[in-house]
Amino acid sequence: MSDIDIEQTEAPRRRGSFINIGERTNVTGSARFRKLIADDDYEAALQVARQQVENGAQIIDVNMDEGLLDSEAAMKRFLNLLAGEPDISRVPVMVDSSKWTVIEEGLKCIQGKGIVNSISMKEGEDAFLAQARLVRRYGAAVVVMAFDEHGQAETAERKFEICKRAYNLLVEQVGFPPEDIIFDPNIFAVATGIEEHNDYARAFFEATRRIKAELPYALVSGGLSNVSFSFRGNNPVREAMHACFLYHAVEAGLDMAIVNAGALPVYDDIPEQLRERIEDVLLNRRDDATDRLLEIADEHKGGGAKRAVLDTKWREQPVTKRLEHALVHGVTDFIDEDVEEARQAADKPLEVIEGPLMDGMNVVGDLFGSGKMFLPQVVKSARVMKKAVAYLLPYIEEEKLRSGAPTEAKGKILMATVKGDVHDIGKNIVGVVLQCNNFDVVDLGVMVPAAKILETARAENCDIIGLSGLITPSLDEMVYVAAEMKREGLNLPLIIGGATTSKMHTAVKVAPAYDEPVVHVTDASRAVGVVQNLLSKTAKADYAAAIDADYKAMAEKRRTGRVDRKRISIQQACDNALKLDWAGYTPPKPAFTGTRTFTGYPLAELVERIDWQPFFATWELRGRFPDLLEDSVIGEAARPLWDDAQAMLKTLVAEEWVKPRAVIGFWPAETVGDDIRVKTGADGDPTAAMVHTLRQQMPRDTGEGGKANLALSDFIAPAGSGVSDHIGAFCVTTGHEVDARAKAYEEAGDMYSSIMVKALADRLAEAFAERMHERVRREFWGYAPDEALSNADLIGEKYQGIRPAPGYPACPDHTEKGTLFELLDAEAEAGVSLTESFAMWPAAAVSGWYFSHPDSRYFGLGRIERDQVEDYARRKGESVEWVEKWLAPSLAYDPEDEAAKREAA
Amino acid sequence: MDRNARIAALKEIATRRILVLDGAMGTMIQALKLDEDGYRGTRFKDHPSELKGDNDLLNLTRPDAIQAIHEQYLEAGADIVETNTFNATTVSQADYGLEAIARELNAVGAEIARKAADVVADREERVVFVAGGLGPTSKTASISPDVSDPGARNTSFDELRETYREATLGLIEGGSDMILVETIFDTLNAKAALFAVDEAFEQSGVRLPILISGTITDKSGRTLSGQTPEAFWNSVSHAQPFSVGLNCALGAKDLREHVAELSRVADCLVSAYPNAGLPNEFGGYDETPDETAAHLGRWAEQGIVNLVGGCCGTTPDHIRAIANAVRGAAPREIPVRERRLRLSGLEPFEVRA
Repeated sequence: MSDIDIEQTEAPRRRGSFINIGERTNVTGSARFRKLIADDDYEAALQVARQQVENGAQIIDVNMDEGLLDSEAAMKRFLNLLAGEPDISRVPVMVDSSKWTVIEEGLKCIQGKGIVNSISMKEGEDAFLAQARLVRRYGAAVVVMAFDEHGQAETAERKFEICKRAYNLLVEQVGFPPEDIIFDPNIFAVATGIEEHNDYARAFFEATRRIKAELPYALVSGGLSNVSFSFRGNNPVREAMHACFLYHAVEAGLDMAIVNAGALPVYDDIPEQLRERIEDVLLNRRDDATDRLLEIADEHKGGGAKRAVLDTKWREQPVTKRLEHALVHGVTDFIDEDVEEARQAADKPLEVIEGPLMDGMNVVGDLFGSGKMFLPQVVKSARVMKKAVAYLLPYIEEEKLRSGAPTEAKGKILMATVKGDVHDIGKNIVGVVLQCNNFDVVDLGVMVPAAKILETARAENCDIIGLSGLITPSLDEMVYVAAEMKREGLNLPLIIGGATTSKMHTAVKVAPAYDEPVVHVTDASRAVGVVQNLLSKTAKADYAAAIDADYKAMAEKRRTGRVDRKRISIQQACDNALKLDWAGYTPPKPAFTGTRTFTGYPLAELVERIDWQPFFATWELRGRFPDLLEDSVIGEAARPLWDDAQAMLKTLVAEEWVKPRAVIGFWPAETVGDDIRVKTGADGDPTAAMVHTLRQQMPRDTGEGGKANLALSDFIAPAGSGVSDHIGAFCVTTGHEVDARAKAYEEAGDMYSSIMVKALADRLAEAFAERMHERVRREFWGYAPDEALSNADLIGEKYQGIRPAPGYPACPDHTEKGTLFELLDAEAEAGVSLTESFAMWPAAAVSGWYFSHPDSRYFGLGRIERDQVEDYARRKGESVEWVEKWLAPSLAYDPEDEAAKREAA
Repeated sequence: MDRNARIAALKEIATRRILVLDGAMGTMIQALKLDEDGYRGTRFKDHPSELKGDNDLLNLTRPDAIQAIHEQYLEAGADIVETNTFNATTVSQADYGLEAIARELNAVGAEIARKAADVVADREERVVFVAGGLGPTSKTASISPDVSDPGARNTSFDELRETYREATLGLIEGGSDMILVETIFDTLNAKAALFAVDEAFEQSGVRLPILISGTITDKSGRTLSGQTPEAFWNSVSHAQPFSVGLNCALGAKDLREHVAELSRVADCLVSAYPNAGLPNEFGGYDETPDETAAHLGRWAEQGIVNLVGGCCGTTPDHIRAIANAVRGAAPREIPVRERRLRLSGLEPFEVRA
């Protein structure tokens, strides 16, 4: 767990770690959380808790003190739900309330050892001791406020005296372990204009110092936001005050605080004048401290961008520091002049790279590795680095000609998106991150055949091969590449990554196909560590052995675990199909049958339909949009990314960088068993295409109210029912012009913009699919002419009808895209083609079926048994082996085991 | 020898050698092959619901048989026998419509064990002890019984606390020398039990050593409610127990690393009483006395345990072999840990101030 925040303020001169307590699950501190609880939206409230933990909160504070809430019930409900979320409940809970009954309710819900926040002597010793004994019996630690019968302590002397009295009572009379006592010596607002308040902060520091010195093992905590209360509405000054306060408080011995850690500026980055005047206030160093801070407070009120412009102090530093600053903060404005200055000072131009630039990138790597920088910022750093290197290159070439010395990187990584797959955003991000860490990257791009990967690896003397893929058929291709590497006797480690890849698949399928280390990498931030380990002369053997053992155990666990996965027979599943009441239903008739093509669709219409959350996920910033922009940890990375995305999007729309194309179609349809017959001929003409669907085979409660075993065919009226029904299909793309533009950015060394334009095109394609579906419901199929849903409702799929895509959970067979594309003539009409793995090219494309029935819904197929595979193969006219290959991730059995069994029998 | 003298003896013996707990009660009762009438006896002859399988009821209907089992374990070399009260809580007895006699079951259960202990102590001229057992109950306070509502619970801290308080009072009354909170699947249940035990001590004016034993349910290395062994210890350490340890669910082989983990972090004695291996396909246990004893003997040599015994599938023969295997081995030394705030969620969290 990282102690990011305080280190950013560079305060800890003492040893030990500062603990940040998540403050967002507090109805008194977060208006948003209060609203979620008041609205009974506990799911979103849990998300707030999850985010805090993901972002590094080591303890989460839960507070439900709100007059209109049933605080006891809310505490109980929230903590009980929390208990069911292992990724949140792995951390301890701080049960926070000013009401004892609420605290007790909370203590009855937590199996871990938590902290009570808080008790005090305000109602006298007896109540205090009684509560302390109960806290002990419940097995929690406790926060004690510096509060007694006479009120809250304001002076250092009284703060300490109260804490000392409480300490003695707890230790001597209750037998409370002193290390389980945490004092909160009250953080009050300063710079209020009231003279008595001037010493409040200093009194806190002083009391903290004395508690730590004189009350052995006791800890000190506090709630930070009070101190800056006078500057409500001026967040930059508030945050600067928090950073300064923390700097001094930690130095005095503060162990933990309830803070919005991500909103803390770096102590050293606070403009000197502001910092000095804040410290005058906090330390009560001069009588006019408040006035002097007020004088300049407004100057600092502006947003982050303005501050950055104003803050040119870094330009005054020596050139190596300036280069570091430019790299860490992603500033390209001065890079050429700074590099030139460094070059003149160096003996050889290469030394600039190996010296200050690599030093700067090491700082970036360290910050990224420790979670203090985030992906978009790192990619921007890489842009600065590339620009610097590009400037130096001619000088280096010249130097090389003179001396003939080659450069040496830490290692050379070959990266490729495998044959049949076109998705490369993730791969490019990993490439950038590796380059940032001084690895050479040979990027072969997308749709790379195994032979080319092997050939290049040899020719370029690569040290590691990295394979990427997004669609399920790529999994097989990766196994094939691994097998080829073995066959040709390559001895390079293999790294596997991409959206459909998994540690399980890597362990079970890829690793056994190859004798050298095979490692699955979940995201870009892990890639560097993996590569470093694999290239390390000392660590590699142990690392590889550990991975191997882990994967073998995983494969074994899965082999033995498979037995438990009960499936019912396909016959039983069909018997439990969803039986819609067709006699009492008239399906809507679309406005046309056949296809309709759209070219040059207006981009502006799509922009408003963008779902931004996946965009941020692409950059490994995970959280709910738009909350993540304000998030305490990732917000700082997310906001500039958002600004950059908006800026590029604006130009993209204004200059029409892409010309969206789409084709949609509707045809009369009927189901025959689990197939859908799509009638493409005119009336009476028997010409038809068959869409093959798959049926869930998990055991279901077949009684009344039980769930059905669904197949998409259930949503279309059966043949012979006398009901006339239709199916629709679509293919949209916003990708045609994107690749050329991305490539141009790449060639200019701007990977950040290259990834950005691709990520935006992906989002626009999804938005296009959303928009087109909306129009289908309102106009083209017209069954919901009055639908008026917000973007959030659309993203939440609150509309009637569905648009499942082949290759996704309801219909995981990618090969069905073949039928879809033939029906639509998508290649001719929308310019989208299919690769041999049925990936769409260009990559920013979406296709799928339309179903209109009000009961149609998205579902996951789950795993299916061999009996259905045999039936499906028969229906498709393909061999069982062929179907098993394409449906490998959806099989409930191991085809090899099954084949062996059959052979034996 | 009175209870206080025995408790003093217990603490003294623990400094010198490894203590031996008994083995499975259920396995021994099964071997009696009692039918419905055998369980009912005369007192519950007309009870409206089925009672076969309510092993704790035998304290009232077949005290002779239960006492004989305790004696067999003591004769095999156990220092401590656990009362036949695993399910003698109102919560668990409610399954049989017998919640009204829960306290009686505990009191009588303790008396029977006490009698067996006295018989063997006199005959063999050594000190033997009775541990009053509190089982996990059939409910869980921090796990939802309803998949569609993760916030739902089928019991509450207060319900458990009340049922445990009553049971503990019975165990004290019947003459237990210590209280054993065992087979803990859900730490919140255990916290309610420890809360109740403290209340019962206060109420009765009798304070006994507390033994705590959690259960790692599978190879994930966590309790059913998701805690790691160290997180579990942080959650229960406030009870300042005589010992903490693990029992049930796994055989010795798979349990070892988790016991070793507790041994590293717990600043009290450490206990372990594993099953006789993992269950076979018929739900039986195949590990022979020598096999189980070989594992525990190694643990004793390695200095990671202070109390050892057996859980499901173990018999007096297992306990005899175990007692032989640990004889002469030095007990684990209790580590001195730095005073630090140690919290937990599902995972431990230590504050390095």
